[in-house]
Amino acid sequence: MNRHLLSIGDVTVEDIVRILDTAESFREVGTRVIKKVPALRGRTVVNLFYENSTRTRISFELAAKRLSADVINFSATGSSIAKGESLKDTALTLQAMGADAIVIRHSSAGAPYTLTKWVKGRVLNAGDGTHEHPTQALLDLYTIRERLGRFESLRVAIIGDVLHSRVARSLAFALVKVGADVTIAGPPTLIPPDAPAWGVQVSYDVDEVLPKLDVCYLLRVQRERQRQQYFPSVREYARLFGLTRDRVEMLPEGALIMHPGPMNRGVEIDSDVADLPQAVMEEQVTNGIAVRMSLLYLMLGGMGSEVGGDD
Amino acid sequence: MMGAVRLLDAAEIRRAVTRIAHEILERNKGAQGLVLVGIAARGDDLARRLAREIKRIEGAVLPVGVLDITFYRDDIGMRAEAPEVHETRIDFDVNAQTVVLVDDVLFSGRTIRAAMDALVDFGRPAAIQLAVLVDRGHRELPIRADFVGKNAPTRKDEDVRVALEEVDGEDAVFVEEPGRGVDRP
Repeated sequence: MNRHLLSIGDVTVEDIVRILDTAESFREVGTRVIKKVPALRGRTVVNLFYENSTRTRISFELAAKRLSADVINFSATGSSIAKGESLKDTALTLQAMGADAIVIRHSSAGAPYTLTKWVKGRVLNAGDGTHEHPTQALLDLYTIRERLGRFESLRVAIIGDVLHSRVARSLAFALVKVGADVTIAGPPTLIPPDAPAWGVQVSYDVDEVLPKLDVCYLLRVQRERQRQQYFPSVREYARLFGLTRDRVEMLPEGALIMHPGPMNRGVEIDSDVADLPQAVMEEQVTNGIAVRMSLLYLMLGGMGSEVGGDD
Repeated sequence: MMGAVRLLDAAEIRRAVTRIAHEILERNKGAQGLVLVGIAARGDDLARRLAREIKRIEGAVLPVGVLDITFYRDDIGMRAEAPEVHETRIDFDVNAQTVVLVDDVLFSGRTIRAAMDALVDFGRPAAIQLAVLVDRGHRELPIRADFVGKNAPTRKDEDVRVALEEVDGEDAVFVEEPGRGVDRP
């Protein structure tokens, strides 16, 4: 494993298998009467969130707590905090407090990378701008492997606003890495021009894609994009790209429906479709805790003598 | 194998397991309220063998669980790499049961300390007993085994390696010269 987890590029296929295998043991811990193990006792994990997030922050917080690490939540919301100097000062403060790991979410791509220059602890990217969100991709991989048992030649479509989606980027890179057959689909304005270079196929017609899928992965429609004229209206988006009841019928038997949340019911996914048994959003959330425990354990469990002090 | 002395052969292991099964039943006055939990790796295989013997002797089918103690180790911060994790599976209620922990070798006692910490996270057993195939001495904690297959005085720097049919393809216990064995907790 690399020192830091900034992007999917930091993990090899072997790393991914190890992360998912270890996460399986942490899933079992989650079924115990006492869902907590002492593996990271004495370690300090800081959640440094420059952008609002409920599920990712809570998931990381629970993961660290179930490993018996001390957790500090540092939310720096509001536009008054600029990049550069401020991030550096925060980093130096956390460094001085002896943070062993910093989980960072930031609206600027590359902020986690910049952070690594100032801190001795491990850095985990919890989403940076429109760049990457590697832990989301890994928990999605876990969910897919648990449900379908393999990645090789699995047909996965990532549908929606791929252009602005760090989830889509990390997931596509990860899936291609483990040998899946990935298609990205959505309105042409929301498909990144460099997408073919990712090793994926591109489609602008979901009806053509759906009948050939093992996994249908929907992205959240970021409504603020509509005002920026990326697509004419939310209603039109729902009609052309939303997963409706009729479109679910086009999916092969046993295909999974996934979504990173939070969902816009009635836009990218119909409300009753989101409640179907093949829609595994709640499993994604549960698995997210186990995968983040696995990452924290593998990255901090072997630090040896380089544990941060209060010096 | 150079520098390795065979401490137990297959027949001796078989007889030791049979004797321990009898002792467990004698001590607990039967199989009522007993469960077996083996410590991965190899303790779980021994636990399954004990369960088979107990079924043969008493006709009772005991639940068998497997416990991985990695997350409870006391040396995690001292290693360069996070120790590899194995499966834990305890599909039954340990509350108010007598749990017999099973391991291959009893050495420093640190593994057993970790196993007891792990076990109480599953509930509150009525009692915890310990069965081991080999007790090689050199305890670092106040822990002793209730059931022992073989007491084997060793030098602290020697390795005791247990091979079991299920994982290693043969049944045998070896005492090896320093640095030959694999690193196990």
